Amino acid sequence: MTTLQTVFAKAKADNRAALVGYLPAGFPTKQGAVEAAAAMVEAGCDVIEIGLPYSDPLMDGPTIQDAVHRSLLNGTRIADVMRTVEGVAKTGAATLVMTYWNPIDRYGVERFARDLANAGGVGTITPDLTPEESGQWREASASAGIDTVFLVAPSSTEERIKAVVECCTGFVYAASLMGVTGARESVNVAAEDLVARTKAHTSLPVCVGLGVGTGKQAAEVAGYADGVIVGSAFIRRLLDAPDSAGGLSAVRELAAELRAGVASR
Amino acid sequence: MTVLTAADLAGNGARGDDPDSGGKFGIFGGRFVPEALIPALDEVSSVYNEAKTDPAFVAELDHLLRTYAGRPTTLTEVPRFAEHAGGARIILKREDLTHTGAHKINNVLGQALLTKRLGKSRVIAETGAGQHGVATATAAALMGLECVIYMGAVDCERQALNVARMKLLGATVVPVTNGSQTLKDAINEAFRDWVTNVDTTHYLFGTIAGPHPFPEIVRDFARIIGVEARRQMLELTGKLPDAICAAVGGGSNAIGIFHAFLDDHDVVLHGYEAAGRGLETGEHALTLTAGSVGVLHGSRTYVLQDDEGQTIESHSISAGLDYPGVGPEHAWLKDTGRAVYHGVTDAEAMDAFALLARSEGIIPAIESSHALAGAIKLGQELGSDATILVNLSGRGDKDMGTAMTYFGL
Repeated sequence: MTTLQTVFAKAKADNRAALVGYLPAGFPTKQGAVEAAAAMVEAGCDVIEIGLPYSDPLMDGPTIQDAVHRSLLNGTRIADVMRTVEGVAKTGAATLVMTYWNPIDRYGVERFARDLANAGGVGTITPDLTPEESGQWREASASAGIDTVFLVAPSSTEERIKAVVECCTGFVYAASLMGVTGARESVNVAAEDLVARTKAHTSLPVCVGLGVGTGKQAAEVAGYADGVIVGSAFIRRLLDAPDSAGGLSAVRELAAELRAGVASR
Repeated sequence: MTVLTAADLAGNGARGDDPDSGGKFGIFGGRFVPEALIPALDEVSSVYNEAKTDPAFVAELDHLLRTYAGRPTTLTEVPRFAEHAGGARIILKREDLTHTGAHKINNVLGQALLTKRLGKSRVIAETGAGQHGVATATAAALMGLECVIYMGAVDCERQALNVARMKLLGATVVPVTNGSQTLKDAINEAFRDWVTNVDTTHYLFGTIAGPHPFPEIVRDFARIIGVEARRQMLELTGKLPDAICAAVGGGSNAIGIFHAFLDDHDVVLHGYEAAGRGLETGEHALTLTAGSVGVLHGSRTYVLQDDEGQTIESHSISAGLDYPGVGPEHAWLKDTGRAVYHGVTDAEAMDAFALLARSEGIIPAIESSHALAGAIKLGQELGSDATILVNLSGRGDKDMGTAMTYFGL
């Protein structure tokens, strides 16, 4: 199993940022998600976030909403998410689950942490779990030996950044902008400032997500962050592809472009 | 004479039920939102805490409630209706007589003043039945705020009249076409707007759900209903009622009338949720009666959800009750036993709707008709010695389309 610590140490040694790709489990199909993630890893993703599809994704933009909706229509359950993690972890990428809080809460906090660790997952990103509510989850994750990643945002005060990074292990997720997920024309200038403010409070790697979708943007972000997170742009490639083979080659192409970007900091 | 005093808003601590600093009612409430929104929620909290003890703010809201909303609203005793309710004495709190036709105006005027105090120029809101959207559009027009209303596409259709009203009032109405296309999806969309535009925008939340401090703020602005009703009941009947009935969707009208009576332990508080086509059909909005504890829209509360935490779509003939969550304070009142919650089916609600119209010349909102149907059952149980106060939370003009179809009018 590749850990986040290994990934970031290696990227640092290579003098590049790590590339983190996101895909929801069950999209475009249950098996298709594993294949797409494998293609992304093969072409250069170091870390894969597997999204746990949720009925009320209130911080996601239209692209991820669409993918998640299709996944739920495909009947994706948490067991499928775990199987997806298992399949993706075998590719050698550090594999995380990104999920809203309620599915973990309902599944059982300790059970989820244990099952994820058993599937070869290395941690979770929980965008709607605040430090105040995270105690039980951090305990369960620590006993299962998985990392807990939380988010900081451009609106975060110094006090909030401090509180969030204290809860993080693995890395800190810096949301580049005030808004929902989705590729944008340009990466918000606030991201660089946020990374600097975050680094003042932690020695953990800081990765930037939201709105990154091209090699050029990845290169720009890699200039100041330890990792670059891309989600909607991969999903867009899969949604627009005429068939599954086309989808795989499109995500492979994008991953290669982004990988070249993160390496040209 | 004032209708609102600072004590009505700021007396929470003294009542011993103020949510703690994290916004918890027992295990319920809290904040489950993206970190990006935390500073905005903190700002709303601190500006509200200042405002509620500021005599100028209270006086301005009092003025609006009296001269614009039409407060105090009257009580109306309904003896002909009560004949069908075991002869119990039934008294309605007439929130249907407020400006815009529902209790929602109370919260909206308070939060619109708060928006100005926050220095923001734009409000967004979700709406189910359209009443909160209309009220928000109204307050925005009054105070010169830009206004965007998110409304499920299904609700836009069944409440077309309210969509037209909002547009006439100058609001932009955005039909939400994802998910179940009802209130829960409108809330998701409003949150997405808010996180994007939080610098200029206040999310004028319409019910006592959502992340802290919304459950507390909306309750405080709604509790004028119970504050007035308690005094009026004493004047009219010389005593407090034996029971209070209110409909529960998100729960704002119910908490509004319940709250001033929480310390009156002899007054039994009854909330009525939408049982839709019946519990056994799975097509209902029985969040408290048949749901389980989870997290939805930023707070821990009872939720209609499956075994893996996916929200189950609710059903009710009444758009305002068609919501798979409920305010955390009701979850807490349920678990502590201070209030009891029941289901009323679409059919029972529509019977009560027609009965009040024919027996008393009052056309209630279908939401409020759930409380009326509850009062009929309760009256039959308690008998003719009982006095029951019902929150008639809104009027039924907006529901005529539904009524025409249902009754073949």
